[in-house]
Amino acid sequence: METYELLSAVLLAAGSFLLLSGGIGVLRFPDVYSRMHAAGITDTLGACLILLALMLLAGFSLVLLKLMMILAFLLITGPTSSHALGKAAWKAGVKPLTGKSLQR
Amino acid sequence: MRHTASVTLVLAAIWLGNSGHYDALLLSFGVVSIALVLWITHRMDVVDHESQPLHLTTKLPAYYFWLFKKIVASNIDVVIRAWRGPSSISPQFERVPAPQKTDIGRVIYANSINLTPGTLSVVVEDDYILVHSLSSDGMAELKSGEMSRRVCGLEE
Repeated sequence: METYELLSAVLLAAGSFLLLSGGIGVLRFPDVYSRMHAAGITDTLGACLILLALMLLAGFSLVLLKLMMILAFLLITGPTSSHALGKAAWKAGVKPLTGKSLQR
Repeated sequence: MRHTASVTLVLAAIWLGNSGHYDALLLSFGVVSIALVLWITHRMDVVDHESQPLHLTTKLPAYYFWLFKKIVASNIDVVIRAWRGPSSISPQFERVPAPQKTDIGRVIYANSINLTPGTLSVVVEDDYILVHSLSSDGMAELKSGEMSRRVCGLEE
């Protein structure tokens, strides 16, 4: 096994762990806003690590360029869509649970 | 003009990168589709310093490098809280001042807040951003204003 393959495997495992953690957070957190934070793990570092691992496997080719484009688009559209989702929830009148109301 | 050239270059790079077929017929299709998109974007009047922030090109890499370190740190924080469960979070919902002078500065600031898990910009107004944060630490760090200062630095 080459070094870059090993590194790629480590990155894939770490990325998968982050995606799993994001899913667990979405299930366990109490309201829509806090769940969106958990979902944020999956579309930032989780996606970054998995795409980096795939880039290592792709080597210098057109596939590498495509993976870089996917990463760039993901990092631009991710925060935009989560802002749209949060704003939609706020406009629909969903009140966030804050520190005090959680402790009740 | 610089903005049009930049759109053309970006579109051509995306087309070439995604195609992988470089014979005359498909290349001419590519040229036609780029020309079509250019015409449409000009009709929509969206080719300007906001869609193509060329003046930020030299400053953005250093900012994104700093932001990436923040993203890693806040990811680890949210992962720990996800595994420890709802008792480990204490959500905050407050206004954070946004002293950026330009629209694009505010957009970069709001997008950076969203890119770091643990903080979410819900409403963006002229002089403040309504932020939801997973913990009081996250809100305190945002209010300390380092990210805001760095975005302001981009604008100059």
